[in-house]
This record gives sequence, structure tokens and C-alpha cells, in this order.
Amino acid sequence: MERRELICIGCPMGCPLSVETEEGKVISVTGNTCPRGDSYARKEVTNPTRIVTTTVRVTGGVQEMVSVKTKTDIPKGKIFDCVKALKNAQAEAPVRIGDVILQNAAGTGVDIVATKNVDAL
Amino acid sequence: MEQYEIVIIGGGPAGLSAAVSARKAGAQRILILERDKELGGILNQCIHNGFGLHTFKEELTGPEYAARFIEQACELQIEYRLNTMVMDISLDKTVTAMSRELGMYQIQAGAVILAMGCRERSRGALNIPGYRPAGIYSAGTAQRLVNMEGFLPGRKVVILGSGDIGLIMARRMTLEGAQVQVVAELMPYSGGLKRNIVQCLDDYGIPLKLSHTVTDIKGRERVEGITLAAVDGKGKPVPGTEEEYECDTLLLSVGLIPENELSGQMGVTLNPVTSGPVVNESLETDIEGVFACGNVLHVHDLVDFVSEEAAMAGENAAHYVDNSQRTAEAYEKTDSAAGQEASAAVALKPENGVRYTVPSLIHPDRMRKEQIIRFRVGSVYKNCYIGVYLNGERILHRKRPVMAPGEMEEVKIKKSQLAGLSRPAELSIQVEEA
Repeated sequence: MERRELICIGCPMGCPLSVETEEGKVISVTGNTCPRGDSYARKEVTNPTRIVTTTVRVTGGVQEMVSVKTKTDIPKGKIFDCVKALKNAQAEAPVRIGDVILQNAAGTGVDIVATKNVDAL
Repeated sequence: MEQYEIVIIGGGPAGLSAAVSARKAGAQRILILERDKELGGILNQCIHNGFGLHTFKEELTGPEYAARFIEQACELQIEYRLNTMVMDISLDKTVTAMSRELGMYQIQAGAVILAMGCRERSRGALNIPGYRPAGIYSAGTAQRLVNMEGFLPGRKVVILGSGDIGLIMARRMTLEGAQVQVVAELMPYSGGLKRNIVQCLDDYGIPLKLSHTVTDIKGRERVEGITLAAVDGKGKPVPGTEEEYECDTLLLSVGLIPENELSGQMGVTLNPVTSGPVVNESLETDIEGVFACGNVLHVHDLVDFVSEEAAMAGENAAHYVDNSQRTAEAYEKTDSAAGQEASAAVALKPENGVRYTVPSLIHPDRMRKEQIIRFRVGSVYKNCYIGVYLNGERILHRKRPVMAPGEMEEVKIKKSQLAGLSRPAELSIQVEEA
């Protein structure tokens, strides 16, 4: 049996979690105050994921940049591939929150969506 | 002169939430004055996620969180003016503002809500020797450059201070291709949230050196490197522990200071611990009809709490305006003031590890059913209790597994607990060892 100590990133409380695994399977999660912590711990020891946030350039907008995010969390190991895939991406104003900026980023099956409204010039 | 019932100084999260709730509480003429070119304040550059779990029960990025409030403000047709700098607020609540379009002008406000937020402590406050080369930025300035203006301020980075903005920027600069070598923190604990240490430093293998500080900055034109040294219990560098780091950029995340020049000029009493106004249960300063909320009042960790606090300030300001209009009418009719009866006020006293409380004063007759008291502790405490004493008698005792200066604490006091006081009382809030 293996035991791993984690800090939950589900919310700002940062609960200290303790996860017990056996042959890659989670046996127990303790220390969490809500279900979010339980699911974070299970994911973190098997397939850790993160939401990635970054920016892309806007053409013809009132702002230079628009902030974007992965619509859902993606595997941790794909973070840099995802950012690279956006390196030369551009958005054309107007951009609305939720607009898809890039489909299926770095083969994750997850879209990149805008998180800010940018009006056209 | 233009007249508004409520003038709100600042269109960030606090100002927006105050405006929305003031409108919902019945205020008609509300005006937000914002110095930037858009509403939303600092949220616009906080592109990371993690906002809104309390308010919207989902995890939003900063701009998304701001957009929710901006939409509400627009739906409620709240007036706002951008690119507008407030120069002065007089005791009779005449607000002097200026902008390119309108020049300098004055507005008569029935009530004022201070929502100016805070700004970052700068290098000048730290006494680090060295020249003044390019490449030294506050973490928030770097954040704005990267996220809003599309510039990367440097490629080889050292960060001093482990506040949340510093941690967030360690990750952000890494994603943008910079090499963040180390985050150094003077204190033996981080000033940021634990989850940010995990997802911003640990995820990217960036070391956090506690009890360390920058003792020298090298370079005349551009930063060429810094010297890092361990510090002793008093924060003094320990000779012989120096390490050299080559870098072109030093980011400072060494604390936030409420921006209270306007409040101070006006004569509002400030709390030396928070650098924010001293307020009562209604979030009203010691100048009647002037309210404060958000980071101008005390620096928050979570925007959700800013919104909640500001909503209270907005509602209270609306009631104040309503009452003063009615009082004025009553005065005309009966020729006598129909003011509130004086009540025995309760003074809050932070003691034994508690650094400050917001509010500082509670009038039991004016408080809501339940009063949230927010505070911070001065160092890290494990398995301790928060004790609340009314005139020496304990009325609340709550266990806390961990308390740290970086995380705001709160207790709730019920109106019934403060009922029946005939004389001014004292409410002490303190940390108690197990």
C-alpha cells in the first residue's frame, strides 16, 4: 500500500489530503472537507489534470490581447503542448466570452475558449 | 452641480458589487467613477482561474468573474464614467473629478462608497542596495504587461516575495517561456494560498526558499543578477549564506497597500495595521455617509469576499440615502431632528495574535441578525482556538487546525449575543493556545 500527501487545489481552503493506493488503485481519501477534494485526490494520483489559462493576440480589437482557457481540465503533461499550440493563434475582434479560439488543443480533445469580451475597434 | 444619490469611487469588483446591491436596495441615481479605460479593475489582468466558487458556485477566470458583475450593472442601467480620476472628496461629499472629455468637474453625492482597491508595495519600501536598472517590476505590473499588453518583461527571472500574485506570475512567466529560477520569501511561511504553491510552483519545479531575501541587485542599465541570502529570526541576512543568481528580471510580490490617499485627504480615520479606513458594522467610516469596501478597506485573499462585503456596503449606503432623505423631510415638518437614538456601541479589540478586525465598532441596534467579523493573525498557529469575549466573558470558542497571516479568518456574532447592553462594551477577539 502506498500513501501520498497532497494539498487540494479545488478551492482556496487548501485542505491537506491523504490518499492511499494499492497497485495504482485508490483505496481511501481522507482530509477533504468536500467532494471536490475527493475527486481531486483520485485524479491527482492517477491522471493529474489542470485548467490552463493564457492569452492570444487580437486583431482589430480595442485590446491587444484576449485571455483564454481550456474549456475543461487537460492532462498535466499536455500543458506546454497546449501553450505551444496557441503560440501563433490569433483572434479576430469582436470576441465574446466562450468563443472557441482553437479546437482540440494539442490533441487533448479540449477546446480553447475566450474568457473576456473584446469589442472591435 | 450634478447630483447623485451614491457616488462610487472605483469600478473594480468592490465598486461593481456595491453599485448592483445599492440599486437593488432602491437607490436610483448611482454613479461609478473609474480611472482605467474599462470596468473590472484588477480582475482584467488576473486571467487565471479560481474565482467565484462562493459567489457563482463555479470556477471562473478573473475577466469572466468581472463580466458577470459588469453585465448586472449594465442590466440595472448603472451609470459609469471611465478614464476618470477622482481628485478630492470634501466633507460635505462634493466629489471633484477630472477626465479628458469633461475636464475638471464636481458632483454632489448623498453618500460615497470608497472602492479604490490597493496597490503593490514597491522596491523603495524594501531597502535593497544596488543601482536602479531596468528589469525590476512589481509582480502585478509584470502581470499587466504579459496578460493585457502582450509583452514578456524578461527571460531569466527571480521572484522576491511569495504573495499570491508572485506565485501566479511564476507560473505565468514559465508558460510564456521564461525561466523562473527561484521564489524567495523573507518570512518562514508563504504569504500566498497553499493551492497556489502547489499549482504554480510545485507543478513546474520552481523552488520556494523561505527565510531568504535579496541582499544585492547587480547591473547598472539592466538587471544582471541578484544575491540571495538566508535570514535569521529577526529577518537579518546571515553572512556566509549568500548565493548568486544570474537573471535579467526581478519581480517583487511583497505586499499590498490599500490606496487611501483620497480617504486620508478627506479626513477619514485610517487603521494603521490595515492602512484602510476604520469602519463600523455598516462598513461606514467615521465620516457619516462615507462607506468603504474591498481592498481599500483591508486586503482580501478572495474576490468572492470582496463582492460580499461590497454588496453590504452598497445596501447600507442605499439605506443611508433613504434615511437621510426621510430625516430631512421629517425635519422640515416637525422642525426637529428625527435621528437614531444613541445606542451602546461595542468596540472590537484585536488581541493576542489577532492583528486587526473589520469592523472596528458595532452598534447592536444597527447590526444585522448576524455580523461577520473578518481578521488576520500575525503568525502561523496550529491547533489553536479563536476566542471571542464580550466584556471579559467568553461568547465564542472555535477550534482552528491552522491559521496563517496569508489567510483571512472570520467569526460570526449574532445580534442576540450583543442584545441588552446598556453601556459601551468591548468585544475582544484573540488566538488561544490549545
